Amino acid sequence: MSPALFLVLAACLIVGALGVVLLSSPVRSALSLVVTLFFMAVVFLLLDAQLVAALQVVVYAGAIMVLFLFVIMLLNLQADPPAMARLGVRVTAAFGASLFLLAVVRFLTRGGGTMTDPRGMATPLPEGFGSTQGLAELLFTRFLFAFEITSILLVVAIIGAVVLAKKKLT
Amino acid sequence: MTVVPLSWYLTLGAVLFTIGVLGVLVRRNVIVVFMSIELMLNAVNLVFVALSRHLHTMDGQVTVFFVMTVAAAEAAVGLAIIIAVFRNRETVNVDELTVLRW
Amino acid sequence: MWIDVLIAVIKSLLVIVLALNLAGLLGWVERKGSALIQDRIGANRANIFGFAGAGLVNTLMADPLKFIAKEDVIPAGVDRVLHTLAPCVTLFPALVAFAAIPFGDVLEVGGRVITLQAVPLSVGILYVLAMLSLGVYGVVLAGWASNNRFSLLGGIRGSAQMISYELAMGLALVAAVVSYGTLDLQEMVRAQGRLLGGWLPAWGILYQPVGFLIFLWAGMAESKRVPFDLPEGESELISGYFTEYSGIKYLMFFMTDFVEIGVVAGLITTLFFGGWQVPYLMRDGFHFPGGTMVALPQLVVVLLQMASYTVKLALFCWLQVLIRWSMPRYRYDQVMRLGWKGLLPIGLLNVLVTGAVVLALQG
Repeated sequence: MSPALFLVLAACLIVGALGVVLLSSPVRSALSLVVTLFFMAVVFLLLDAQLVAALQVVVYAGAIMVLFLFVIMLLNLQADPPAMARLGVRVTAAFGASLFLLAVVRFLTRGGGTMTDPRGMATPLPEGFGSTQGLAELLFTRFLFAFEITSILLVVAIIGAVVLAKKKLT
Repeated sequence: MTVVPLSWYLTLGAVLFTIGVLGVLVRRNVIVVFMSIELMLNAVNLVFVALSRHLHTMDGQVTVFFVMTVAAAEAAVGLAIIIAVFRNRETVNVDELTVLRW
Repeated sequence: MWIDVLIAVIKSLLVIVLALNLAGLLGWVERKGSALIQDRIGANRANIFGFAGAGLVNTLMADPLKFIAKEDVIPAGVDRVLHTLAPCVTLFPALVAFAAIPFGDVLEVGGRVITLQAVPLSVGILYVLAMLSLGVYGVVLAGWASNNRFSLLGGIRGSAQMISYELAMGLALVAAVVSYGTLDLQEMVRAQGRLLGGWLPAWGILYQPVGFLIFLWAGMAESKRVPFDLPEGESELISGYFTEYSGIKYLMFFMTDFVEIGVVAGLITTLFFGGWQVPYLMRDGFHFPGGTMVALPQLVVVLLQMASYTVKLALFCWLQVLIRWSMPRYRYDQVMRLGWKGLLPIGLLNVLVTGAVVLALQG
């Protein structure tokens, strides 16, 4: 994709992420996250990951965030003050986070190693990259064990969630 | 039309991750803290997909698949815990949920 | 390059005009159809200089004008942004879901092969499923942002029902994907052009009869049509999750109902009844099983295919209207029981049997 399009998408993503963190009403925070997840799916599409983009919308934006909204609605949460920590905590957190960001960006863009891999972003991709068939082949051959373990994890999570959220029958 | 270099994607992922970390540290509503954790997971997904594109291998996309699944499971269980805590303590303010008993 | 953009814009305009007109006409079909079923006349008073057009003037002109001219009431104490956002968030995914449904084969114009699908997607089915799962947001937001206990109850019921039946729909779609071997909707329709035994068109209903029934039922529950309209529950919840809406916003919720009828009907024709396929019609004319061939110009073939798609779409919209006015409403616990204990196990069994049969036929 062109750098201009990337910058536009990056700006939208950052605005959405800031919306999650800065908006005081939890419902608006959740909606801001949904918008961010959408733009993330667009970025995935432009990175030739079609199935992952579709899954992002179906699973993340379509199911997980609905769950969040449900819980916010059920608990009838308003924007209870205080929405954020007191000033000292905020300043320290911002300072620490910026140091962290600087260090990470410095590390990630230092060049050499993976960054100068001959395959790279500019070279064309092999046929069927990002397609469902390619992902499925990998998933059911090399990653089969992880796939089966994940299904067990999901069953455990379902049972756990139902047991935890049930009303106790007194 | 030039191509977007990998470092831009990694920087964007780092920025989103940091915003998520800020959310976890600064917000007092435990559900918004959860949403910030989801934001961090998404930033990591972006890095995986970008690297997958860079290295021409689909391993990164398979990893994103698993990260999404685990995030769904974690969100379900975490929100169930929040509901149970809310039933007992009547609050979702992180500052008030500081002791394990009572 | 600009020609490609122009072609894409024309196709998208065609699809969206189809969707919006379908929504409007379905309102008329609903009123006159219900009148027919209930042995009464229905709306026929509004007229322009005596021309009433069997209720068309009433439903297509008078009603929308009435809705547009009404005062837009926003109740006190609501989040205004969310209250205004909810109808838009409901209508948008329903309309956009039409983009992946093909309405014809290919059109060869000036050396270009244009596939008659608004957006040719390789993951078409996943896209439609994604848009249908986004429809839940509108219900949740409308219920929440109304500052009204009944609306909240209707919103919670509606969204719980929608996410439950998404599973059954998804499983019916998975079985269809397994039997066709592709996620692309255009490829699925093309695969239904084969002839079994030399004379029977291989439409999806022959491969997936159970899948068709599951999808029809789950699709009606997803769009909250009667018999699943308890979230709207006229006799219990006033108007359910859109009680506090008036004017154009109410019209948008209503339109979503009709557009979703169209989406479910479109998916049923595409997956199970051959989409734009006319039996024995290939790209260059009719190839009857006896061996006779009728050659036709390409434009006639394309128009026949588009007409076939439209006719089938209309038939399944009428089927849903018929079901609405023939059945009483399910109780809420019955709805949930049907979704989780009825359609979900049947759907899983369907996927298992389909997979076993496909494996047996391949290996």
